[in-house]
Amino acid sequence: MSPLLIIEQLLNGLQLGFMLFVMAAGLTLVLGIMNLVNLAHGSLYMIGAFVAASVAGASGSFVLGLLVALPVTALVGMALEMTVLRRLYERDHLDQVLATFGMILFFNELTKIIWGPRALFLDGPRWLAHSIEVLPDLSYPAYRLAIIVIGLVIAAGLYVLISKTRLGMLIRAGASDREMVAALGVNIKSLYTWIFGIGALLAALAGVLAGPIYAVEVGMGEDILIITFVVVIVGGIGSVRGALIGGLLIGLVDTTCRAFLPFIFRTFLPPSSADGISASLASMSIYIFMAIILTWRPKGLFPAHA
Amino acid sequence: MPSRIALAFVSIIAIGLPFAAAAGGEDYLIGIATRLMIFALAGISLNLIVGYGGMVSFGHAAFFGIGAYVVAIMSQHALYGDPLLLWPVEISGSESALVVWPLAMAVAALFALVIGAICLRTGGLSFIMITLAFAQMIYFFFTSLSEYGGEDGLSLFQRSSAGPLDLADDTQFYFLTLALVILVLFLQSRLVVSRFGRVLQGIRDNESRMQALGYPTYRYKLTAFVISGSLAGLAGALIANQTEFVSPSFLDWHRSGEFLVIVILGGLGTLFGPVVGAGAYLLLEEFLSQVTEHWMLILGPILVLIVLFAKQGLWGSLSRRMGSHD
Amino acid sequence: MRKNLLGLSAAACLLCSPLLAADPVKIGMITTLSGGGSGLGIDIRDGFELAMKQSGGTLGGQEVELLVEDDARKPDKAKEIADRMVERDEVDIMTGIVWSNLAIAVVPKVAKDGVFYISPNAGPSLLAGKGCHENYFNVAWQNDNLHEAMGQHVQSEGYKKLYIMAPNYPAGKDALNGFKRFYQGEVAGEVFTKLGQKDYAAEIAALRDADPDAVFFFLPGGMGISFLKQYAQAGLTGEIPVFGPAFSFDQGILQAVGDASLGVVNSSQWNKDIDNPANQAFVADFQAEYGRLPSLYASQGYDAARLIGSALEATGGDLSDKSAFRSALKAADFQSVRGDFKFGPNHHPIQDIYVREVVKEGDILTNKTLGKAFTEHGDAYAADCQM
Repeated sequence: MSPLLIIEQLLNGLQLGFMLFVMAAGLTLVLGIMNLVNLAHGSLYMIGAFVAASVAGASGSFVLGLLVALPVTALVGMALEMTVLRRLYERDHLDQVLATFGMILFFNELTKIIWGPRALFLDGPRWLAHSIEVLPDLSYPAYRLAIIVIGLVIAAGLYVLISKTRLGMLIRAGASDREMVAALGVNIKSLYTWIFGIGALLAALAGVLAGPIYAVEVGMGEDILIITFVVVIVGGIGSVRGALIGGLLIGLVDTTCRAFLPFIFRTFLPPSSADGISASLASMSIYIFMAIILTWRPKGLFPAHA
Repeated sequence: MPSRIALAFVSIIAIGLPFAAAAGGEDYLIGIATRLMIFALAGISLNLIVGYGGMVSFGHAAFFGIGAYVVAIMSQHALYGDPLLLWPVEISGSESALVVWPLAMAVAALFALVIGAICLRTGGLSFIMITLAFAQMIYFFFTSLSEYGGEDGLSLFQRSSAGPLDLADDTQFYFLTLALVILVLFLQSRLVVSRFGRVLQGIRDNESRMQALGYPTYRYKLTAFVISGSLAGLAGALIANQTEFVSPSFLDWHRSGEFLVIVILGGLGTLFGPVVGAGAYLLLEEFLSQVTEHWMLILGPILVLIVLFAKQGLWGSLSRRMGSHD
Repeated sequence: MRKNLLGLSAAACLLCSPLLAADPVKIGMITTLSGGGSGLGIDIRDGFELAMKQSGGTLGGQEVELLVEDDARKPDKAKEIADRMVERDEVDIMTGIVWSNLAIAVVPKVAKDGVFYISPNAGPSLLAGKGCHENYFNVAWQNDNLHEAMGQHVQSEGYKKLYIMAPNYPAGKDALNGFKRFYQGEVAGEVFTKLGQKDYAAEIAALRDADPDAVFFFLPGGMGISFLKQYAQAGLTGEIPVFGPAFSFDQGILQAVGDASLGVVNSSQWNKDIDNPANQAFVADFQAEYGRLPSLYASQGYDAARLIGSALEATGGDLSDKSAFRSALKAADFQSVRGDFKFGPNHHPIQDIYVREVVKEGDILTNKTLGKAFTEHGDAYAADCQM
């Protein structure tokens, strides 16, 4: 295996990591501040992708699809927050899991009724359809590089939002002391609605970004939702920094296991059994990784309220 | 008192059902009732840790699936006559319920011990998610296990043999399942009022206080987790016999979600809640899916409404209204 | 014209069958209508119902009552519906299951209970070999067939070094083994991916590094869509040709893959341009009825209905004589939309398998038939079947 291939695989891991981060950031924000386990985060991801796919399909513009999908999904999220989810903040996690599990069933079926049972088409913008030579003899798809860049921008943006702005101050204060923020005359209800909107927007962004490389289909949010929870738990609940580090770690673990395990096992096993065993191990790798992290640090790497 | 009357009423239905079904030529009802009982048993096992222990496991289908697979794998080895293990001890296949069902419980308990030992180091949301993660791991393991059918699953050649009982007969299988459910319910009713049960509920309500009182809470929780896992394994062994088939879809995370639905729907931490929950959930699914292929569009919001407005669950509300607590 | 046909067949049966006034023949269809993969079940149902609509709600001139139920892709649910259909509704014939695991859960029992099962899709090796049954007929394919055809095609095209991929589950392993049964050249890499995997960047990088002549993959559903999009994005489309079975290039999926699929050669037992009257009527009527092009699965559902129709016609709708009905099914005396069709000794198809290419007709991506990979191809498991 050439060093260049190893570098490329690491890059693949980082790219997947940033993708997971965008998804996890919204989830961890809602979880950390409102203490809400929102399984329907995956549904918002799906709605984002479907809206973008139908707008882009009609207009021929990916960017327009993105620009429509973000506010639409954010609005759906805020409506959901105002009608149902805000009633769940004071409930225990079990009730939240159950109610949002019900929402997954609902949104999957609704999406199927609106858009049909077949997968939709969504392609990235034409100006990102080429490959860029990142190192001599190593070219990398521009679209995947763009995902890395967007991931970095979101990370920086969230950092500024939380540590430098008034909204961020309220967010931090709200997470630690609701009564105090309310006493300051801040309408904590609408604050939470806005935060949920941001979370939904990030889910939609992840969904739209995923559209050109993954299948846009009913149920697309579920597999990635479970991985996203793994990211959030590994990183530490409520911590955006944790989501970033967790996302990158999970992306790297998943990709490197898929890329390198077959080579490792082939050195001492016959190819047929090596392929089978490495494939099985690779599909379990992130869960094993999570179990190891949690045995070492039960609250994850960067718990928000340590 | 009124709950006793309700109970007597339910018992009459449960015992009379197979005869009524057979008389009416609606034999398939026995199968539905059996499946309902099995899901109730899975719900009871989950209720022990969620309702009485406050440990929200989102991976309970793993133990259910393991129990089912133990039965199917042992049955396959019995059918082909090749031993399952030669070393360190020779284990050959078996179709006897007396061997295989306790084995299913034991294997599920063993997995619960290992998984619980790791998961219980965490709490709250992490616990929910790490149990889910372990269930996913086991799901992918069985998916790729080609020796035993992998994703395609594994058929049982026949149901387990159980001495004088002929389990191939749906009615006899139904009564055995019913008896097991009643037995487990009885044992659980003793367990929750025992010292162990009271400590467990104490931990649920306030773990640090129990710790301060000197109880080794981790060990109590782990014990409950293992008991719960082995009961789920028994339910799995039964579903494998009922369906005469096992596949990784028995351990799907949706299935874990359904078990939670059953527990909450019936009423968390109530003895009969899971039985009522299983009945309500399966019949609702059955009914809705016959009304429209878009039944999930209706089922989803119903779950949300139940969470919002029926906090005590069906049995919880019912038994409270009748003025008794169980 | 259709009305005429209907009138004729009704008139014919007034003469031929005293059973016309009897209860309609009950057919139970268990298929996946909700959740992931429901597109396949819906197509099978629509294809089947089209065949009934074409003859005014009858099949083979007999009144037919079709009961459709959703299995939600759960084996235990499918099994429960099957029990209910057999015991309460007393169906005579069953069909509809999409997935191999559900078929393995349901078929042996219903076949043993004396109900005829016509598989419109799943053809696991178990049911074609050791576990075959006289009441079980598969009207689509044995699971390996399309992969074998691709192996044969790649071999005859002179490719020497192949990179092959499938998900890590039995159907995936069967697929690669089926492919290698007919492809004799070097295998540069054999990769098993996670079931339901979305990201293939690592696999694609390793693939490029192995520098094969061509790639064969079996990644059904969303997995194939994701793989092809990412393959195109990595700039490999056109550089290293891709081959695969029809499942990733079917009418229901092509538009979602987009231009990344253009020019890809794939294998199928059916295509919409196969030239025979039955197929022309099917394609035209399907479009008129549902407003979309039919898929492979729709063609299989349609053929399942027409096979049943042929047997009902031959026996005058009399299902009391099981062995007569079985012989009538076995004769497969119907015009299949795929052309020549007959059953092998294990009740699985012996049929031609085509090689087709993805092309664009206007804005619509679809397939054009290039030729045949196999003529009268059976399956590798028939020898294990003892009825």
